[in-house]
Amino acid sequence: MTSAQVEIQLIASIVAIACAIPGTFLVLRKMAMISDAISHSILPGIVVGFFLTEDLNSPWLILLAALTGVITVFLVEYIQKTGLVKEDTAIGLVFPALFSIGVILIAKNANDIHLDIDAVLLGELAFAPFDRLVVNGIDLGPKSLWVIGTILVLTLGLLFIFFKELKLSTFDKGLATSLGFSPVLLHYGLMSVASVTTVGAFDAVGAVLVVALMIAPPAMAYLLTNDLKKMLALAAFFGVLGALGGYWLAHGLDASIAGSMTSVLGVLFLIVYLFAPDKGLLSVMYRQRRQKIEVHLLTFLLHLQNHEEASERHVKHLNEHINWQTVRSKSVLELALKNNMITISDDIISLTAKGKEFTKEAINYIMTNKSAAIEEMKDRFFLFRG
Amino acid sequence: MREDCAIAVDDLTVAYNYKPVLWDIDLAIPEGVLMAIVGPNGAGKSTLIKSILDIIKPIAGSVRIFGKPYKQQHKEVAYVPQKGSVDWDFPTTALDVVMMGTYGSLGWIKRPRQKQRKLALEALEKVGMLEFKSRQISQLSGGQQQRIFLARALVQNASIYLMDEPFQGVDATTEKAIINILKELRKAGKTVIVVHHDLQTVPEYFDWVTFLNVKKIATGPVKDIFNDDNLTKTYGINYKVSVQQ
Repeated sequence: MTSAQVEIQLIASIVAIACAIPGTFLVLRKMAMISDAISHSILPGIVVGFFLTEDLNSPWLILLAALTGVITVFLVEYIQKTGLVKEDTAIGLVFPALFSIGVILIAKNANDIHLDIDAVLLGELAFAPFDRLVVNGIDLGPKSLWVIGTILVLTLGLLFIFFKELKLSTFDKGLATSLGFSPVLLHYGLMSVASVTTVGAFDAVGAVLVVALMIAPPAMAYLLTNDLKKMLALAAFFGVLGALGGYWLAHGLDASIAGSMTSVLGVLFLIVYLFAPDKGLLSVMYRQRRQKIEVHLLTFLLHLQNHEEASERHVKHLNEHINWQTVRSKSVLELALKNNMITISDDIISLTAKGKEFTKEAINYIMTNKSAAIEEMKDRFFLFRG
Repeated sequence: MREDCAIAVDDLTVAYNYKPVLWDIDLAIPEGVLMAIVGPNGAGKSTLIKSILDIIKPIAGSVRIFGKPYKQQHKEVAYVPQKGSVDWDFPTTALDVVMMGTYGSLGWIKRPRQKQRKLALEALEKVGMLEFKSRQISQLSGGQQQRIFLARALVQNASIYLMDEPFQGVDATTEKAIINILKELRKAGKTVIVVHHDLQTVPEYFDWVTFLNVKKIATGPVKDIFNDDNLTKTYGINYKVSVQQ
């Protein structure tokens, strides 16, 4: 690897971590779309900032552009509060308006500044190593590394100091207020961090893809953990994985770095979405299927319990009596048999003592709805293991 | 205004988009009562509680907690919001949610430590949820979630407890368990105010009641004012009007 390659990967990784932290809270607050709005509407801020400072990495430009992001959030909420339009509509109204102002400003001044629409949308990560921070003739590395590095340190510092407050106000705004905290202050603090991070990441990955870095990694982390701290760590991890994976994919394909990163994030998300242990699609489907079988088995056992007469318990009659198709009756029958819940003699089914006990407890569980009881019961009866 | 009141509400008017939902409410809630707030849907019961808690800003009037504004007294007040007001899929455990109750006394920046953890575990035990402390909150039943909210309020060790429909969606066993805890709180001299829907249980559970329907209809001891007259005034205004005509 050349030093430029190392620098690009370092920048990409830091951008990914810096995005994952505010992104996690945006996802939990169901405000993912607001990051899309911010990333677009900071454009006029960047353009005006560039006119004034003529330096894309100037802290003033970053603050000015970030302010546009916060103004966007404010406008969206203001329009929403009038009650005339819903939140998503308000977002859809505000950010294209601001973004288009930025586009026109760039087009009108295209000759004077080195900003173009492609760079704005997709970033220019490959060029990042060329713009270097030189102090007293000493090369301190790419400027954008310093910019996003500073932003990450600030973000981590704020997260460390205000973790408790952020968690509380994200989970329960009403309680946060009643306990003497200020959810509004925390909200705008978070929006400011999200805006500053977006501006800092803008140069590297562009307006469209910064959204992917803010939302996809926390969305993956959300499916994998039930702990906020772990969710933050996992989001950062997936962000870095996507960033590095994307860089090497782009390297191999000779394609856009930002585009490849987003594609890798998309594929990673698909994998997590399908295979996450508890909340993944396959796991959910498996659980639903198991629940279905459980209910069928219970229905079957209950029917047996309720009918002493042999004619009601004949194997062939079960299809008719509980209205099941042959396949389902057969699989339920086999399950019950395998767990020694029933015996069959001369095609007449009888509940065993174990089957009777299980039915009694299961009905009891359904009536009292004590979830601890059924877990224990399943263990006791070795049910549903294979 | 009486200074010895736990909560004194004076001329409180709250409006959403200039439509009043609470109209000129005066309330003096004495210390140590277990009070139900009853009224039909849209009567402003939750709004009244949120106004007392400074979550909603009134357009007129004031609220005093032991004679002082809420901002100076928030440590004296614990709040149990409606269960549906939060996202139970939030990545956190039962114990962690109960710990949130200690954040108010901690204030900004300071982190919960062993002491807060111990308080939270004690509160979980009081509501019979200790064995579920590490359970992710979405894995709890509705009644268990309500108990967690109650534990979170208990951990604040406040003087006043405001609860928004704590019996909503809980089974009879949990309802009994909750009301026993509320009665214990009253015995300990706490003031407990509950938004309540089941009129039949009011005389059994509460010793004080406020009838509310945008305006205050009546407030006082259950034995004195819990009668057909006030119930009709609160719930059956149309009926009464048609009778008078």
